Amino acid sequence: MRAVPVESSLRSARDRGRKLLVPYVTGGWREDWVVVLQAMAEAGADAIEVGLPFSDPMMDGPTIQEASMRALERGTTPASVLSELRSVEVPVPLLVMTYYNLVLRGGTKRFASELAGAGVRGAIVPDLPLEESGEWERDATSEGVETVLLAAPVTPDDRLAAICARSHGFVYGVNLMGVTGERENLAASSAVLAKRLKLVTDKPVIMGVGISGPEQAVAAAEHADGVVVGSALMRAALDGASPDQIGERVAIIRAALDGR
Amino acid sequence: MGEPSPGGRFGSFGGRFVPEALVPACQDLERDFRAAWSNPRFRERYDDLLRDYAGRPSAMTECHNLSQELGVRILLKREDLNHTGSHKINNVIGQGLLTLEMGKQRLVAETGAGQHGVATATAAALFGLECVVYMGEVDMDRQELNVFRMRLLGTEVRPVRSGSRTLKDAVNEALRDWVATVESTHYCLGSVMGPHPFPWMVREFQAVIGREASEQCRRLLGTDPDYVVACVGGGSNAAGTFSGFVGTQAQLVGVEAAGGAALGPRGVPGVLHGMRSYLLQDEFGQIMEATSISAGLDYPGIGPEHAYLADLGRAQYGSATDEEVLDALQLLARTEGIIPALEPAHALAWLVKATRAGDVAPGSSVLLTMSGRGDKDAEHVMKLLGEGAL
Repeated sequence: MRAVPVESSLRSARDRGRKLLVPYVTGGWREDWVVVLQAMAEAGADAIEVGLPFSDPMMDGPTIQEASMRALERGTTPASVLSELRSVEVPVPLLVMTYYNLVLRGGTKRFASELAGAGVRGAIVPDLPLEESGEWERDATSEGVETVLLAAPVTPDDRLAAICARSHGFVYGVNLMGVTGERENLAASSAVLAKRLKLVTDKPVIMGVGISGPEQAVAAAEHADGVVVGSALMRAALDGASPDQIGERVAIIRAALDGR
Repeated sequence: MGEPSPGGRFGSFGGRFVPEALVPACQDLERDFRAAWSNPRFRERYDDLLRDYAGRPSAMTECHNLSQELGVRILLKREDLNHTGSHKINNVIGQGLLTLEMGKQRLVAETGAGQHGVATATAAALFGLECVVYMGEVDMDRQELNVFRMRLLGTEVRPVRSGSRTLKDAVNEALRDWVATVESTHYCLGSVMGPHPFPWMVREFQAVIGREASEQCRRLLGTDPDYVVACVGGGSNAAGTFSGFVGTQAQLVGVEAAGGAALGPRGVPGVLHGMRSYLLQDEFGQIMEATSISAGLDYPGIGPEHAYLADLGRAQYGSATDEEVLDALQLLARTEGIIPALEPAHALAWLVKATRAGDVAPGSSVLLTMSGRGDKDAEHVMKLLGEGAL
């Protein structure tokens, strides 16, 4: 299995004039979750975020909480998700999204090498801000795992620059002040943050949290390089959508981002 | 006990493991607390309210009957006599005043037993702040009376139905609220836990317990006590008490619920709720549910400074089972006419065990913090004992 690095891959797609689409799926939430992941790749994802479920996901709203709970009830563990990923062949980079306690449990070095061994080349750890991320970043980097840092609407300018300098893979702009989950409208803070980020970095800037459908994806990507879509897809999945149906939803957002 | 490191560490514990959205708020809070705490006018307002509103200084009661029964000299620091019935009022008056200084209009809080929820609701009423308290559904059932008290005080109590539906999930929910509302809202955290500066700030607001107790002990005993004992969930009453004695020869003892003992054999260092500390967790890092009859101690973690004191060997941490706690509660009620809350009954249960086992030498002097009164638990205890038991 050949792992695809995150930043170089996203940069080259962006530099071809493409808006980036990063769908999210909770690892192990249902037996066929890997099929969902493959459907996402086929529908035009540029990278895929795989949630490693945690018992106390404090940055997540009700949808991802429910998916995480279901995954844990099925006996899903970080090891079981990574072992399933090992057999996945997709042409796009894979990242995990999880919480720091799971990273720390067996040691940061071991976690990094387990990710690398499963072909995962990126990690998003939302409860690990700049000041606390040093230890993990060192071990991740030495295993070729890129650590994506998050920027929030309230992040002051000097911090924003520091986050962009330290982030690898891409910079994750959080659209709004709040936890993950669908919203009626795209927050006004989204465009403001996207513009501020683009001023200070040439790394791919991808906006996420609260993007519910194709129109919002297009709006959020206007001033950025792309979007993460998580809860909207997982809501459909929890309501019983098949892998193909989830793939169709991704394809619709892809088409909207491509202006088709 | 001193200040944590600039990163908020006590040794390797503590820190600030929060989403980026909360980092500026934690930094502002640290700066504003530091400024307020060194401002004589703020200190004067805080002290005035502790005296005129909370009823401080709280009494020190020597338990002659129980002392005779256990063969040690027992002094109780009577936080149960404070307004709202526990030590929690010390913290919320401090954080309430600070909220006004910061110009925020709304408080959110988590609560387990309901004591911190009631205290926060009280401060919100006093200071004219809007208030939302998150409380696990399981705890709302166990502590119906406190739910009613909060509502009577004008606070909205929101049931938490995620996870184990107890204290840890209430903290998650309060943090989720705070992420979305941080510009207008202060998170009035109830214990010496969470991201920096909370463990330090809450300990400072509770240090009044230790300051008074130290003076009262010297007056009654002529010296410092041999033992200082307090119950620990997150550990705020223990931290406040210990801070008055950490520089003495006293043996400091924190007592956790046996089913929630993060510093017991099942606890492993990890990161939860913004801090690095000992946590009950499985081999993969999933947080385990604590189980205790006391909703206030039903927490799978412990404040980072306690983890540090335990690692240093400066404090020791024991535990008490539900059964031992119920026995100790009845013992104090019958010998001294004081009905303790289930939380400090843990501290008492440890003392009963330790004296009977000879681990605490006969004739020792023991200061024990009676962190709250038993009224809130009366119905729960009645059911547990069975109505025919008495």
